[in-house]
Amino acid sequence: MRKFIFRILSVGTIPNHIAFIMDGNRRYAKKHNLWADDAAGHKAGFLALTSMLKYCYELGIKCVSIYAFSIDNFKRRPNEVQYVMDLMLEKIQGLLKEESIVQKYGARVYFRGNMTLLTEPIRVAAEKAMVATANNTGMMLFICVAYTSTDEIVHAIQESCNNKWVGIQEANGSIAWNQAIGDEEYQLEEKAIIKLRDIEKHMYMGVAPDPDILIRTSGECRLSNFQLWQTTYCLLYSPAVLWPEIGLRHLVRAVLDFQRHRSYLEKKKKQA
Amino acid sequence: MICLLTLPPVPLELKSPLSFRTRAQQQHSHPFSQTLRSHTVPHKTLTGGGTATTTVANVALSEHNDLNAAEEGEPLPAELNEELMPNHVAVIMDGNGRWAKQRGLPTSAGHQAGSRSLRELVEICCKWGIRVLTVFAFSYDNWIRPKVEVDFLMNLFEREIKSQMQKFVSEGIRISVIGDSSKLPQSLQKLISDAEEKTKDNSRFQLIVAASYSGKYDIVQACKSLACKVKDGVIQLEDISESLVEQELETNCTEYPYPDLLIRTSGELRVSNFLLWQLAYTEFFFVKELWPDFGKAEFVEALISFQQRQRRYGARLS
Repeated sequence: MRKFIFRILSVGTIPNHIAFIMDGNRRYAKKHNLWADDAAGHKAGFLALTSMLKYCYELGIKCVSIYAFSIDNFKRRPNEVQYVMDLMLEKIQGLLKEESIVQKYGARVYFRGNMTLLTEPIRVAAEKAMVATANNTGMMLFICVAYTSTDEIVHAIQESCNNKWVGIQEANGSIAWNQAIGDEEYQLEEKAIIKLRDIEKHMYMGVAPDPDILIRTSGECRLSNFQLWQTTYCLLYSPAVLWPEIGLRHLVRAVLDFQRHRSYLEKKKKQA
Repeated sequence: MICLLTLPPVPLELKSPLSFRTRAQQQHSHPFSQTLRSHTVPHKTLTGGGTATTTVANVALSEHNDLNAAEEGEPLPAELNEELMPNHVAVIMDGNGRWAKQRGLPTSAGHQAGSRSLRELVEICCKWGIRVLTVFAFSYDNWIRPKVEVDFLMNLFEREIKSQMQKFVSEGIRISVIGDSSKLPQSLQKLISDAEEKTKDNSRFQLIVAASYSGKYDIVQACKSLACKVKDGVIQLEDISESLVEQELETNCTEYPYPDLLIRTSGELRVSNFLLWQLAYTEFFFVKELWPDFGKAEFVEALISFQQRQRRYGARLS
């Protein structure tokens, strides 16, 4: 049945990259009277994630990114933060196992965010997982941890400034020795100090294509500092369902909406 | 005012990660409080002499071309809570072209109708004590639109600024324009500059018009500015932080740079290179109506939805 649905969807354009904000784990736990245990909601959320990854893989989506843990989430109660960190460590180590979904789908895993904010065990495990999957050519899976878009942009700005500054200093050095370089060229170099592509190059998410669809569950309609730069043209879809309850039908709906909007945009482009 | 074309990005020429959003502290007395107003605007006593109890003034608000609308405050609809009104509303005014097409009219008619919607919205925002309204009038990405349409829009801008100037001055409205103004016609640039100068001390309400604006461009220019400061030794590379970037963005012209609510009309579900950094925690509200059909009723619906939202900024409320 699922294969049949996916075959129909494949008649239209399949999005390259879907981004997920997995919101609603705690509300799910509360709803099912598991509220005493923060863990239950997050565990259910992880199961939902594996299902979504499976569907995305079967549909032929090349790239998936998930907002696993925001820098803002460090503000939560220490025991919830600790639980999520422990769960993350457990799951990252699980990725290295042969039977993991990542290995099954040949996915290449990328951890993106301000990794210095994480403890060493997690950093080490993440690094191992990235190395272990580096040769995988299936889906690209971006796991955003200790991530916010504004932090990413600041980091990209710092790197761009640093590179350009080093570049200019080198140019300055060579000017002293090379009489042939005129003042004009030097002025141009000065003026063209930072360009859009310099910043994009240094984004944590730089190797990924921009998302085509951003799905945020639990009905909240905001970005919460996730991929602000990268999602500026993408379709924003916010179903009311809580993350642990997300299903195939939501993904299908999102892709259908994407295809419908896309054909409208293509028409508009032709008119321009 | 314009039907935005959402295209793939056009190539442009542009420590302390735990610094929790100072924007939340800017806007709220308590970071996670639902109370958005740090003060209440006495919108019923704007000019001397008006009695707060009269309701005759409400009728005047629906007059599109009435520049001398009564100064009496329009009471907030019963469904809205004054304490939960947003400080800053942003709008992507999409759908003018489709509106005109539906009626067999030229696109310019759609833009004219759209400008009426804008004037109405400014009126309502003023009366209901919203402090800032930012509107996406013309995207940097829109320069590739047909010349006829672009020229018409530039003329429309000029006409609107000229015709509304008196109102801005008399009603304490400050106008600011953000975007790459170098691409605008010289006459419009001068007009904008004069209007900004004339109204810069007005503090009742601020209208920010994003013209030839791109959220990415805003960040690139902030970055260039910071790079120059580093080069000149004003700041160190390590000093570059979120708050330094915030100060360089074009929204540094206002006390409330971060929209609480973003409304986009015409059913499009995307941001399309409008404010980018500034929308990190903004609540989005997408509306099916085309911009010329967006009026008070639709705005109230957006505000009701906004007031029901729980804004957590990544933390937990309980």
